[in-house]
This record gives sequence, C-alpha cells and structure tokens, in this order.
Amino acid sequence: MERQQVAPGRQAEAQLTSLSLRDFRNYADCRVTIGAPNVLLLGENGSGKTNLMEAVSLLAPGRGLRRARAEHLPRQDSGGEQWAVSAELLTAGEVIRVGTGVPADSDSGRRIMRRDGETVSQTEIGRLLSVSWLTPRMDGIFVDSPGARRRFLDRLVIAFDAAHIGRTNRYEKLLRERGALLAEGRADEAWFSAIEASLAESAIAVTAARQALIADLNAEAAAGWFDFPGVRLALDGTVEDWLAEGSALQAEDRFIAVARTRRMAGDTALAGPHSSDMNAVNSHTGAPAHLASTGQQKALLIAVVLAHARLQARRLGRPPLLLLDDVVAHLDVARRAALFEAVGAVGAQAWFSGTDHDDFEGLDAQSLSISADAGTASITQSEE
Amino acid sequence: MDSQLDNLIRRLARLPGLGPRSARRAVLHLLQNRDRLMLPLAEDLGQVARNIRSCANCGNLDTGDICALCRDAQRDRQTICVVEDVGDLWAMERAAVYRGLYHVLGGTLSAIDGRGPSELNIDRLLTRAREQVGEVILALPATVEGQTTAHYLHEKLSPLSIEVTRLAHGVPVGGELDFLDDGTLAQALKARGRIGSQ
Ligand SMILES: [Zn+2]
Repeated sequence: MERQQVAPGRQAEAQLTSLSLRDFRNYADCRVTIGAPNVLLLGENGSGKTNLMEAVSLLAPGRGLRRARAEHLPRQDSGGEQWAVSAELLTAGEVIRVGTGVPADSDSGRRIMRRDGETVSQTEIGRLLSVSWLTPRMDGIFVDSPGARRRFLDRLVIAFDAAHIGRTNRYEKLLRERGALLAEGRADEAWFSAIEASLAESAIAVTAARQALIADLNAEAAAGWFDFPGVRLALDGTVEDWLAEGSALQAEDRFIAVARTRRMAGDTALAGPHSSDMNAVNSHTGAPAHLASTGQQKALLIAVVLAHARLQARRLGRPPLLLLDDVVAHLDVARRAALFEAVGAVGAQAWFSGTDHDDFEGLDAQSLSISADAGTASITQSEE
Repeated sequence: MDSQLDNLIRRLARLPGLGPRSARRAVLHLLQNRDRLMLPLAEDLGQVARNIRSCANCGNLDTGDICALCRDAQRDRQTICVVEDVGDLWAMERAAVYRGLYHVLGGTLSAIDGRGPSELNIDRLLTRAREQVGEVILALPATVEGQTTAHYLHEKLSPLSIEVTRLAHGVPVGGELDFLDDGTLAQALKARGRIGSQ
C-alpha cells in the first residue's frame, strides 16, 4: 500500500475558495467561502445538496453531473432563463474567477463560460479545471447499460482533452446523418461514401482517445491504493479489434469497406464507438466487476476515480475537484477513513454530502448545512 | 404594444444574431432616428430586394446576371474557390489573399435537415470544373456538414483531371470562415493541401 504524496515536491492544487449561485435550481442567491481542504454538505434529502454539487460540476466542460437539459437549470420561481454559478479557483498559486450560466442579456439562451470576466471556450476552461463525481446513480455502472459506461469513460477522457466532447458529438451527428439518409431511401452513393469516410475518421479518433486514456489509467490503477483494490479496464468493440490488428489507416479503410458492404446488403447496422463496451476487473483477483458484490463494485469504482485523479495531479500538475455525493454512508468505517486519507494524498478538494455529521469523523472539511424552505434552499456556514 | 410595432419586432427578432431583446432595442433606436436612419434604411431594403440577384455563374450576390467578380478580367480563371455562402466569399475578399474565382454552394449537405446535392449549387460547379479549370479549392467549414460536403465534392471532382485542394484546417472545429481573422485565412489558404495527401 502506497502512502506517499502523488506529486512530491509540488503542491498540486485546484480548490474553490468561494462559490456563488444565482437563480440556479432551488438556490435564489447564495454565496459561501471555503476555508478548509474539503467541503461537507449536510442536510435532509431533497434540500439541495446534489443541486449544489451539480453547480460545481458545471464549472468544468460538459453538461454536469445530471446531464441536465438547459431549461431545467434556472430556478423555477425566477420565471427567467438566466442563472449563474461562479467561483474563485485557487490553482498554481493564483486565484482565478471562473463562472458559467446564461446571462440576463442573452438572446440565444445558451450557457456560456467565463474566466476573469471574459467569455471563453469550454476547452480553455478545461485547461484550468476538471471535476469528477460519484453519485448514487452510478452505483450500478458495471451492471448497467454499456451506454452509461461509455459516457463515464468519455468523461474520463474529457478531463485531459476537452476536444473529446467535439469528437464524440461529431461521431454521433454523422451516425444520425447516415441514419437519416438510409431512412429516406436515397441511393446517392457519393453522399453515403462522404458520410462514411468522415464516420470512419471520427470512429478511429474517438476509439484511439479512449484507448490511450485506458492505457494510462491502467498503469496508474493496477496497484490499488489505500484500502481500495487495483483495477484494470478494457474496451471491447469491433474498431478496437481492428486497431489491435493493424494501423489506424487500415482500420479506417476497414470501417469504410464494412459500412458499404453491409449497406449494399440492406444491413443498416454499424459497429463503432457507439457500440463498444468498457469492462473492469479486479487486477489482483482477475474477477470481473459486474460479478462482484455491490460493496466491491463501489470500491472498484472509487478506485478508478482516485486513479484518474492521481493521473491528473501527476500529468497536469493539478488534481480535479471530486464530488462524492452520498458516497460515505454506504462505506464501512475503515473504507471511509481510507477515502478521507486518499483524497488528502491526491491533493484534491473533495465535496462530500450526507445527512449525518458523525459519518465524517476525521475529515478536515468546511461544513455547510443546507435546508430548504418553501422550495428555496439556504446555506448555513459553520465556523471551524 | 401596437400591433404594427409588434410585427416589426417579431420580424427583426428572427434575423440571425438578433433576438427579441435586441430587436426591441433596434426598433426603439430606429424610431428615435426616423429621418436620419429609419426611412433611408427602408429605402435601401426595398432597393436591394428588387435589384440584387444570384450570379448565374458562381452564386455570388450582385446587381447583374453575372457578378462583377466573374466579369473581372484580372482574376485568375484557372482557380475556383468553393465556399458555403456569400458571407464566406466576402470574408475571403476582405482578407485580399485570393485572386481566383468563386463558387457559392448555398449551404452544405445535411440529410437531417433535408439538404441534398440537388438543393445545393453543385451541378453548376461540376459544369464549370469541366471547362478550363486547373484547381478547385474547397474552403468549407470544419463542421460535420462542411466536411461531408468536401468529401462529396472531392468524389465528384476526382474523375476530372483537375487538382482538388482544401484549406488547411488550423481552423477550430465548427469555426466558419466568416469568423476567422484575415491572417488565419491567409495561412489556411497558403497551407492548403491536396485531399488524401495529408
Ligand atoms: Zn459570379
């Protein structure tokens, strides 16, 4: 069991020192300052703890921990489309103001991202900050649908490479284009082959990015850490097999040839990154995650998230923010202590949520009590 | 609100880049400057609507059947630069880095939006490419639709003995020519490559 700091000699940091919410979910107007390494959100279920974590998750590229539609984010009673989340981020010894939301003077109604008062791209924000999360909904990820595992994997890639958002969107759009053309029954060979050539390029690019992340993560996760097991991830799929057998260009050619042959034979299905599956095994025992007990599955999932955080700390010089929603209550006392130690060792600011303060014995955290009154949340900050 | 005013605001709000809020502001501003701005604007709109048409050769917008660019004897008639819309043609002209002719497609291929080859100005491009042209430059956006269209045109043009190139895309994905600064555009044009040779 390793006990050393992840990035020795270097203070790996990425911490929010304050957070403000306006007209977001059930928050009207709140501001908190954070004066401890971690944050603990305490409150009844339904009071708004997950909403607060969602707000933090939206500071990084992507659609946040609920993958919510834009219209669900503004506070209902506000009657408007606008909302805002902003924070002070301490990273590499510098305080940067980051924010996201739909501004009041927006005509498009689209969410924007800001850095120190300037509107910037998601990619630019992605260089400063990434956020990882574990929610109760992810508990069954190893037995859930392959789609949930692919989304999880793609988020792991995006933490290092925000361009992966565009890569996967592009691939999915091309799939829809091909589907629409097939549905129309147009036999325009040049059009099909234009779409399939682009599809092949993006299929290989998406797969290669996923595989590169898995290789790096496996190197990091194999040994296990604190009380959490070693994990090995693998990606299964047709394109993955082709890339194992030949070069990327050969895989592209095979993709194009198969798509055309199948289409000519009246078979509209296509294998690609949208049908790949990720599986996980315990690297010590070789036991597949989907056959493990619920408790072991949870430990494996935490192990993946911790390894990913360590990889970021090492590679990018900063850990992600970790949002651990309702995670602790289901761990035994030893695992809890191990988790608190592990997030400390990785240098990450972790946001925990729970209902009982006693579950967090030994955690150095700023406590925030959240309560909801008539549908509006308020936060009470305790001085520690 | 008066229904005439309301109509005007609704119409303006449908313009690209505007919305209800900016439309209201624009209408108020126009009403405060009726003689200096609003009436001349109405006159310009009518005149342009009556006189401007698509060039029968390249799809550019101009007052004649054949546009001034196509009639200009100084331009290199061996090279055709294919763009998505007239906005992109204007961007290339503002950058003043290109001396050939253009071809405006009037959109990009999108099966989802029901825009096929016959909806675009593609047949005319193929006809032009068969007549004394040495190079066709595909200056299409790096979007899914733009690149699908580039693939499609490449396939249609490759049987002809002309060179087909495309802009080097140091251009952000989804970025459109109209939003590029002149220097970037000049770079992309200089570094253009033969398709399939990258
Ligand atoms: Zn013309």
